[in-house]
Amino acid sequence: MTGTVAIGLLQILVVALGAPLLVGVLRTLEARLVGRRGPTPWQPYADLRKLLGKDAVVSETASWVFRATPYVLAASMLVTALVVPVLVTRPPLGFAGNIVLLMYLFMLGTFFLALAGLDTGSAFGGMGSSREVAVAALAEPTVILAVFALALRAGTINLGGVVERVEREPWLAANPAHLLAFAAFFIVMLAEAGRLPVDNPATHLELTMIHEAMVLEYSGRYLALVEWASAMKLFVFLTLLANLFFPWGVTSLADPVPVALGLLALAGKLAVLTALLALVETSVAKLRLFRVPELLSGSFALALLSVLAVFLLR
Amino acid sequence: MARLGYALAALVGLAATALGVAGMLGRAGTLAVPWLVPLGGLELTLDPLGGFFLALVGFVAVPASVYAIGYAAGSTRGVLAYLVFIVSMCAVPLAANVMTFAIAWELMSLASYFLVLQERERRETADAAWVYAVMTHAGLACLLAGMLLLAAWTGSVRFADWRAAAPALSAGARDLAFLLLAVGFAGKAGVIPLHVWLPLAHPAAPSHVSALMSGVMIKLGVYGLVRAGTDWLGGGPAWWGTAVLLAGVVSAVVGVLYALVEHDLKRLLAFHSIENVGIILIGVGAGMLYRHAGLGELALLGLAAGLYHTVNHAAFKGLLFLGAGAVVHATGTRDMERLGGLVKRMPWTAACFLVGAAAIAALPPLNGFVSEWLTFVALLQNTRVAAPALNLVFALGIAGLALTSGLAMACFVKAYGITFLALPRSEAAGRAREAGAAMRAGMLLLVAACVALGLGPTVVLPRLAAVAAPLAGPGAPARPGLGDWLTVQVPGDFASLSTLAIAAALALGLAAPLVALRLAGASRRRRLYETWGCGRMLQTARMAYTATAFANPFKRVFDFFYRPVKRLDIEFHPASRLFVERIEYANPTRSIFEDWLYRPVLDALHAAARHARAIQSGSANLYLAYILVALLVLLVLA
Repeated sequence: MTGTVAIGLLQILVVALGAPLLVGVLRTLEARLVGRRGPTPWQPYADLRKLLGKDAVVSETASWVFRATPYVLAASMLVTALVVPVLVTRPPLGFAGNIVLLMYLFMLGTFFLALAGLDTGSAFGGMGSSREVAVAALAEPTVILAVFALALRAGTINLGGVVERVEREPWLAANPAHLLAFAAFFIVMLAEAGRLPVDNPATHLELTMIHEAMVLEYSGRYLALVEWASAMKLFVFLTLLANLFFPWGVTSLADPVPVALGLLALAGKLAVLTALLALVETSVAKLRLFRVPELLSGSFALALLSVLAVFLLR
Repeated sequence: MARLGYALAALVGLAATALGVAGMLGRAGTLAVPWLVPLGGLELTLDPLGGFFLALVGFVAVPASVYAIGYAAGSTRGVLAYLVFIVSMCAVPLAANVMTFAIAWELMSLASYFLVLQERERRETADAAWVYAVMTHAGLACLLAGMLLLAAWTGSVRFADWRAAAPALSAGARDLAFLLLAVGFAGKAGVIPLHVWLPLAHPAAPSHVSALMSGVMIKLGVYGLVRAGTDWLGGGPAWWGTAVLLAGVVSAVVGVLYALVEHDLKRLLAFHSIENVGIILIGVGAGMLYRHAGLGELALLGLAAGLYHTVNHAAFKGLLFLGAGAVVHATGTRDMERLGGLVKRMPWTAACFLVGAAAIAALPPLNGFVSEWLTFVALLQNTRVAAPALNLVFALGIAGLALTSGLAMACFVKAYGITFLALPRSEAAGRAREAGAAMRAGMLLLVAACVALGLGPTVVLPRLAAVAAPLAGPGAPARPGLGDWLTVQVPGDFASLSTLAIAAALALGLAAPLVALRLAGASRRRRLYETWGCGRMLQTARMAYTATAFANPFKRVFDFFYRPVKRLDIEFHPASRLFVERIEYANPTRSIFEDWLYRPVLDALHAAARHARAIQSGSANLYLAYILVALLVLLVLA
């Protein structure tokens, strides 16, 4: 029991504290790749601290939905940290649902954030909300199908079960179905976490932004929570990619040594994925909004192929 | 007087719930009055499936009637039809022979027809009621044809005898009977493309009736499908389940797509009823396919998921219709573009509607999530069916369900955000007042139901599994092990679910940032200021996003489906074209089902009617001659 609680707390700490660092490393890498020096990887922590010290300015039009949303968002992300196998294959809330639960937890956050975007009565907020839910809705089938492809192989949709199965049979990771599902999932990650080429997290240009338009009215501690939660979303998505498809190092034991090794392995895998993400983001331009569905249907096709590959190669 | 009627309806609902739950728990009973009606007499039987749907009637009738005490107390119009409607809906799932069923079914249709006609002063209401009457009777014709054929083939009008005799029928006969019954029941359930009456009739009725029509009446179509497919005919070939599953996918996706571009609050909810019937049918269809494949415990899971979504949809759609009714009551409009800002003027209604919206968007830990999760889990296990074509059908179901749930989330962001948030978009919305105590009580009852069904799958699911077990075919466990009090465990470590644990974790997760911010010494001050607007002088509701604008990305992405038409009318000043007097812009979508399916049929009907006019001269002598000829022909034939 104490072991479970300790693992849970540790996973939450890793996700909650690691997320800003991941965003910081990503920004530094991207700056270097385009020939700028860029801020230090620790900059997001400083940003969050600064935001926490400021007063929150809230629109007169906004209701309690606007003020509650940052907390709902943070809560949903913290719960995902207990569901996803970050360090161990069977995390404390691993039994409470599975990847389906995970997707709906992300939807919970998106739902409230989109409502908050509408709540202030600003056209920007509404525009961001409308686009965000459109992207989220179109990404949904891909996620589920990619997971289905994994579940077909593993015989379970419990995240821990998938991880254990791939660990037992490492050759699965080189399987075409597996690789197709990885590609599909990676594209969905770009869309869900609001990265290029779907959304540009660095811009505040009205016509192009999605996520930033939605959270435009947030300030102070509310903005800090929203930013932190979106960093956690990116962290959790990358962790999923790392641990579902390449589960080496994720331990099924709750002992200190394997867990520490697992942490190291996770850091290594995340570093590789972050570098990959930085490469993608610096080499592609943002898509026009109405080209995004084409990208997402491309990823859906990949996921469908992955499912078919399982049936054909069975 | 009206209050008394609605209170009586609530009592009937309570009794129905009690009796229905007893039936679900295994109490059986029969009531037969042979002399009351011809052809077999009146016969009612209580069994687990009938009990479930009987309980469902009561489950929505109680809150809807309590709500009506506050909503419709001013007028006695429609009280009698309302009572008849509830009682006939109770009788449908209990009916044990063809005559009893037909009478109950027709009473239900007629009572709801009169309820739809309640606000008959409005032209569109009369049209809606007319379409409803035509569609429901076309469905009845299919049902009667199917039932009479079965009665002729099996030699009995009692459903219990069909069960015994159906397996001996030829495959073609069984297929024909299933097709006729399925089309009739699917029409009542609002399955696409037989849905055209639903988005017309449901919004036209008063809101407590809409709640019952959407929450319960269309479910009796689902009842019929389940009953016919798995009980009367005792399972069938793979195409039955495939057809039901694919009809479910089409209904779910198309229903939610229409809802997205609909800005009439109650019509939007009606389209979501089509979507949710689709989700139910995905579960039921999966169950039928698994039954065909001989996988009893998976068939059980699929059917139980469908039943779970049935009761869930009754809870949240009832709640949403009652909430929409409160909005209409307070503002006098259903047009979302004229609403807004109600969260401050109607806080109770807004909070209740938010719970309903979150539940229908399948957000954890509410009830919609539980049943969609179950449906997903049932579908995802299709690898155990060794037929690639069927696996593909399942994969389609999975993708369709995922797309539907994403789009439904988007749609309810629109429905809630535009109706309740931001600034009021009309004077009426600015003057709105909170609903009265009885209406709030009705809504709160259903909020409690949404939460309880969300947190308690470990209690509810085994009961539903017991209802579904006799329908799942041979090999279904009578008492499936489905986990303990905390966790629903699908057999074989495939998946598990604990909404209680999720709810507890979410509550802790809400509290943790509050504490963490306090400890981190974050500023706790809050300043109120106007919304930022690029330096404009004042903020008005016209600057906020509208429902049309919100739905526009979807309209563009799915334009192959919506086929939007653009109309731009500009009136210039007579003196100079440089001065514009008026601009009118419309961008409506078209219904491909009306254009491609109903329009040709209606045109053909009209053409046939024109030709038939040639023999309708109006001369009585000629008609007498017709009768004589007909008589002679019949005599010769006989």
